[in-house]
Amino acid sequence: MSQAALLVLADGRFPAGGHAHSGGAEEAVKAGRVTGAADLEEFCRGRLHTTGLVSAALAAAAALGLDPLELDEAADARTPSAALRVAGRRLGRQMMRAARSAWPDPSLDQLAAARPKGAHQPVVLGLAARAAGLGARDAAYCSAYECVSGPATATVRLLSLDPFDATGVLARLAPELDLVVREAAEAAQRAVADGVDELPAASAPLLEVGAEAHAGWPARLFAS
Amino acid sequence: MTVRTGVASGVRGTARITARGDGRGGTVLPVLDGEGPIVPRRTRSAGAGARVTLVGAMSGPLGGDHLTVEAASREGARLQIGSAAATLALPGQSKEAARYDVRLTVGDASELHWLPEQLISVRDSDLRVTTRADLAASASLVLREEQVLGRTGEEAGRLTSRLTVRRAGRLLLDQELSCGPGAPGGWDGPAVLAGHRAIGQLVIVRPEFDQHRPGPALLGETASLTPLAGPAVLVTAVAPDALRVRRTLDEALRTLT
Repeated sequence: MSQAALLVLADGRFPAGGHAHSGGAEEAVKAGRVTGAADLEEFCRGRLHTTGLVSAALAAAAALGLDPLELDEAADARTPSAALRVAGRRLGRQMMRAARSAWPDPSLDQLAAARPKGAHQPVVLGLAARAAGLGARDAAYCSAYECVSGPATATVRLLSLDPFDATGVLARLAPELDLVVREAAEAAQRAVADGVDELPAASAPLLEVGAEAHAGWPARLFAS
Repeated sequence: MTVRTGVASGVRGTARITARGDGRGGTVLPVLDGEGPIVPRRTRSAGAGARVTLVGAMSGPLGGDHLTVEAASREGARLQIGSAAATLALPGQSKEAARYDVRLTVGDASELHWLPEQLISVRDSDLRVTTRADLAASASLVLREEQVLGRTGEEAGRLTSRLTVRRAGRLLLDQELSCGPGAPGGWDGPAVLAGHRAIGQLVIVRPEFDQHRPGPALLGETASLTPLAGPAVLVTAVAPDALRVRRTLDEALRTLT
C-alpha cells in the first residue's frame, strides 16, 4: 500500500478516458452560460456541490466496501438523464480496464462480470481506490477533483481560455473541495451504518437538461 | 382548524387520504382527514376515480412548522390529488426550518396523480421538503412538483427539496435540489439554475413503459424529457417564471398520458 497510489489514480493521464468528457461544459459554452473564467468557476462550483458531492460519496462508499451493485443502482436513481447514465457507464468501463491492470483485485473482476457494459464510474473508482490500498477520503478526493478538473480542462480547449486562468479556478475551489470531500466521506460512513439512502442526491437541473441536448448534437468535441 | 398559539415551536399537522377500489370500477375514500393546516376535501371528479383537493386552512408552512401529507391509492383505486392554491413557505418566529413531508403509496393496479400547485419560497423562509412515493410493480404514478424562488421580484428563501421514487422495492429516482441564500455554492450559476426562478419536475411511472418507454427529448431550451432506469420518465424544466414551467409540464403530460 502506498499513498502515492492516490497520485496515480488522480493523474489526468491515468488512462480512464476522462479527457474525452467535458462534464457538461461543452453544452454550457455553446448555450452561452460559460463565456470566461468567472463563469467557469461558478459552473465548477455548482457541479462540485451537486453531482460532484454525489459521485464523491458513491466513490467513498465503494471504497468502504459497500455492495457495488447496490451503489450502482443508487447511482442510476441519482442520474435521471439517460445520456449521463450512458456516459457514466462508459467511463466506468474504461476505468475498470485501467484499474484491473494497475491494481488487480477479485472485487474488480466480480463487478466487471456483473456489469459487462460498465458500472457507474464513481463506483468503479471507489473499488479501484480500495484495491490500491487507499481509503474512502482518497476515493472521494479523486472523484470530486475530477468533477471540476474535467470541465476546467475542456473549457481551455472550448473557449481558448488561458490555462493559467483555468488552473486559478481549480486552486480557488480547493477549500470547497475539502468540504465536499468531508461531507461525502461522512455520508459514506452513515451509509455503512444505515444503508445507501443516506448518500446525498444533490442535483443540477441544467446539467441534466444540457446533457440531453448535447447528446443530440450531430457533431461535438466531447462525448458528454 | 389548528390555531397558532404564538409559541415558537411551530405547528404539527398531518393530512391523511386513503383511496381504494370499490370492486365495481369506482373509487371510495375510507380515510380523508386532516388535523392541522392542510385539509383534504373530496371534489367533483370527471371520471371513475376520486378527486381530492388540499385546502390550506392557515398560512404557511412557517419556520418551525412540520406538515405531513400521507396519501395512499390501493386495490385498484384511481386517485387524483391537487391543491386549491400555491403553498407559500414563509419565515416564522422560530429560527428552525419548516418541514413539509409528502408520503405517497400506490398499490398494485392502482393509480395516483399528485398534482399540487406551486411551492413558493418566500424571502427569508427556510423549508425542507421531502416527497417519497412507494409504488407496487403494477402501480401508475403521475407526480408534479414545481418550486418558485421568491414572489414576483422578490429574493428567494432557502429551500431544499428531495424527491424519491421507489417501485417494487427498487430505487427509481432520488434527487435533491437545494437553493436560496445559504445553499451550497453555485446553485444559481451556469451548472444549476443560471438565474432561472422556477423549476418543475414531472415523473410518470407506468407499467406499460416496461415494453415501450418514450425516448429522450428536448422540450425547449431549458427543459427535457428523459427515460429513467425503469418504467418511468422524468420531465425537468427550468424557466424565468412559474407560468412557463407549467406550460412545459402540461404539454408533456398531454403527450405522455
